[in-house]
Amino acid sequence: MVKPTQVINSIRALRFAAGEMTQSELADRVGVTRQTIIAIEQGRYSPSLEVAFKIARVFGVPLDSVFHYPGEES
Amino acid sequence: MSFDEKVAWVGGFVAVIVGAVYASVVLPQVGSAPASAIAYRTPMLIAIGAMIVMTIVGTILMSIGTPISAEITGNGSVDDIDRKDERDVDINRRGELMGYYVSSVGLVGALALAMMRYDHFWIANAIFASFMVASVVSAAVKVLIYRRGF
Repeated sequence: MVKPTQVINSIRALRFAAGEMTQSELADRVGVTRQTIIAIEQGRYSPSLEVAFKIARVFGVPLDSVFHYPGEES
Repeated sequence: MSFDEKVAWVGGFVAVIVGAVYASVVLPQVGSAPASAIAYRTPMLIAIGAMIVMTIVGTILMSIGTPISAEITGNGSVDDIDRKDERDVDINRRGELMGYYVSSVGLVGALALAMMRYDHFWIANAIFASFMVASVVSAAVKVLIYRRGF
């Protein structure tokens, strides 16, 4: 019935690179719950484009450095 | 566990408990007396009232317990209670939609019972059962989506 997302992301690595930013801190800065950050990191939820851009902006990187969609070539 | 997931658990538990208690009071009378003589009105009204009160009390307890547990465990933020994000809204919508489908099927059944001139006992209980099952299904779907993702 429910199909987890195919979108993969590098949030965990980006958090680590950003001084081991906590999930709570990222959630506060993006304006979502910590559980949503956890769900996104674990690939259980694909955020809206707006939240995706906000996450990328927090890390100061382009959107496709945070989220990746596996294509035929991969 | 997010605050909204806890509220979904509360809704599901309350529906199961209230439904079970109501069934244990009313079902034993079925068969031993004509349907029109079964005293179901007062138990049903009490069940509906209990469901509303228990849901409110459960939600209040979760509102109190969540920041306390966040403070003790250091996991999560007190702000999480006030913060309902797009994922919560979407999960709630999906759960409510599934509950709507279930209650719709039940209500069609109740309509059929009315058209076939069944006793009001059966019609009222079919409607009541529709709402209870819809509540359980809605809560279960929400919890499932919270856990498994979508």
